[in-house]
Amino acid sequence: MSSRVRKPRHEMPKQAPDIRTKNFEEVALGYTPDLAVAEATRCIGCPKKPCVAGCPVGVDIPEFIALIAEGDFLGAAKKVKEKNSLPAMCGRVCPQESQCEAVCTLGKKGAPVAIGALERFSADYERAHGAPLAKGAPSDLSLGKVAVVGSGPAGLTCAAELNRLGYKVVLFESLHATGGVLRYGIPEFRLPKAIVDEEVEYIRRQGVEIRLNVLVGTTITVDELFRQGFDAMFLGTGAGLPYFLGVPGENLNGVYSANEFLTRANLMKAYRFPEYDTPIWVGKRVVVVGGGNVAMDSARTALRLGAEKVSVVYRRSRTEMPARLEEVENAEEEGIEFMLLSNPVRILEDDKGWVKGMECIRMELGEADDSGRRRPIPVPGSELILDVDTVISAVGTNPNPLLIRTVSGLALGRRGNVIADEETGKTNIPGIFAGGDIVTGSATVIAAMGAGKLAAHGIDEYVRTKNGRGM
Amino acid sequence: MYKILKKETLAPKIKLVEVDAPEICAHAHPGQFVVLRMHERGERIPLTIADSDPKTGLLTMVFQEVGKSTTELGTLNEGDCIQDIVGPLGTPRDIEKLDCVICVAGGVGVAPIYPEAKAYHKLGTRVISLIGAQTKDMLIFKDRMEQVSDEVYYSTDDGSFGHKGFVTEVLCNLLEKGLRPDEVIVIGPLLMMREASRVTAKFGVKTIVSLNAIMVDGTGMCGSCRVTVDGETKFSCVEGPAFDGHKVDFNELIARQRRFLAEEKLAMEHYLAGAGGCKCHQE
Repeated sequence: MSSRVRKPRHEMPKQAPDIRTKNFEEVALGYTPDLAVAEATRCIGCPKKPCVAGCPVGVDIPEFIALIAEGDFLGAAKKVKEKNSLPAMCGRVCPQESQCEAVCTLGKKGAPVAIGALERFSADYERAHGAPLAKGAPSDLSLGKVAVVGSGPAGLTCAAELNRLGYKVVLFESLHATGGVLRYGIPEFRLPKAIVDEEVEYIRRQGVEIRLNVLVGTTITVDELFRQGFDAMFLGTGAGLPYFLGVPGENLNGVYSANEFLTRANLMKAYRFPEYDTPIWVGKRVVVVGGGNVAMDSARTALRLGAEKVSVVYRRSRTEMPARLEEVENAEEEGIEFMLLSNPVRILEDDKGWVKGMECIRMELGEADDSGRRRPIPVPGSELILDVDTVISAVGTNPNPLLIRTVSGLALGRRGNVIADEETGKTNIPGIFAGGDIVTGSATVIAAMGAGKLAAHGIDEYVRTKNGRGM
Repeated sequence: MYKILKKETLAPKIKLVEVDAPEICAHAHPGQFVVLRMHERGERIPLTIADSDPKTGLLTMVFQEVGKSTTELGTLNEGDCIQDIVGPLGTPRDIEKLDCVICVAGGVGVAPIYPEAKAYHKLGTRVISLIGAQTKDMLIFKDRMEQVSDEVYYSTDDGSFGHKGFVTEVLCNLLEKGLRPDEVIVIGPLLMMREASRVTAKFGVKTIVSLNAIMVDGTGMCGSCRVTVDGETKFSCVEGPAFDGHKVDFNELIARQRRFLAEEKLAMEHYLAGAGGCKCHQE
């Protein structure tokens, strides 16, 4: 046993930094079958399976890894899909290091099993070699009819789970493409859009009806949907309005919200302008403000769009950065500069309304604030001016108000978020459930998926009770 | 897919299309807009709703060919399809019966002002419409506006029809003569809306402008369309597009409208070079 524990973890091969910064293709290349088997055999199959409890959607991790170790890759993919309808996406963007891998028994003495990379491998293998996607809807979708609003990670998961349980699901999306943040937010080099397309197609073939370009609340109201015979509704409308920096000059030309910058690049494919019609402008020297994954994505996108120098300005220290370690390391390898313990004070303007610099102030950390992180405090007299022409503000978003402001009586929290029960997704209005960023504010893909899955079961219970079927 | 059921050329480079969009029409109110995307590689462009009929489900949009996307849109004919249309977007105008309103429209801005004039007219409000264009040939929606207005004044830059000069001069004349409407609504180019707001401010007349900011999603997600109103940053797609003209920072917005000028020019050149010619550089 002890010899198995000491086997080193196999890292996924990656595109070299000097090559990948010149293209938008995926950075991590995924395991080969040999590497996957080698990594899978590191799993000791411990009896307590802490990893399963660490997974918000409860994937049977040791079981699927054992199937990979045996070389049954399609079997492994099937095992994952019993609990997770979007494995190729989760394998790429879940923060495994703070979930399943964080509690892996091997991690106590060395590196945990690379669960995320193995999940990704199984899904990619199935896509490449597979098993054609299941054809046709499950025969019985007669338990009831549910409207799922928003096709991001929460909505997709909720829709897939309800479909699996036997409900007719209509998934509404206001944009022209599905996926929510998976589509507009996360760049191609971290999550290829072909994978989003295929995983959504899988759900569609299972019988979920998808309606694009429908902004529920305005194109069709919530009351109208209920009148059309929907038994329940799940709101997974996600984060919306971006926060700006709240400093002078934030509306100058050359200042983007990360949402705008990434939406242009990802959803609208502006990185292929003018072949695609949506433009994007990036200057020579770019500064991204913020320390989360969105900041890393923005910085790395700016670099790929041709910026000569990209810096990340973050007001706390490296320890407090919410971005995944892997993404911070990727960014560093690519030459992104980190200016930690710094905060913008104002953005300077040239004579034509464009950015010509940003004034920052150094920060130091004081006492812990209500987020548990040490509060950054400006150091008087430490101002400095950065010579930049593009500023990307990646400091978070508000919950999207568009739909929820049309639902009278829906209980909202202090920040405009929907108040929903953590276990069932129930809101204060019978038949309306919610989950994901619309409830929690900006969080992770897998947390939203977990909430979508729990809400699906909450909805199942609600509809069964309402229709007098019992559980 | 939204099929074009009717297409009209209203004036040189100004076109009208009607599509079948029953859900949008059932919920549209004056002042709202849609975002459309022509095809897979298209931009998302906002267009104000020029008319919508909940009975027939016909949605009318009017646009001027200025850049690549609108020029390409102008090539579509009856029977062709627009891939995506979402709406109605934006905050509807709160229209109630007033004694008198003045609708000031410049260029293609006549189309989006028409539903507002129509709504006021229907409530019995006295509607005075001031319509400006570069030249007589560029005047659009003349009949429609006359049907919903008590008085219509025209102006053209070259004097080929009505007053010679800017429509804001006509507005100024009426206010100087002592006319005091409850509200002035202005839709047109930014420079014209800025000037109209400056004129009405002198007379203390409430003024509503409808901003045509650069948008991407149109649902409040990206902040591309942000504008400073009364010192605060607002998203024109969600909180607008109508704002108090006296409080809008027009100079900032005029600068923001120029953000992608170089790219827009490149897109147009790329389009013209590719249109009908060799496609070897496209995948």
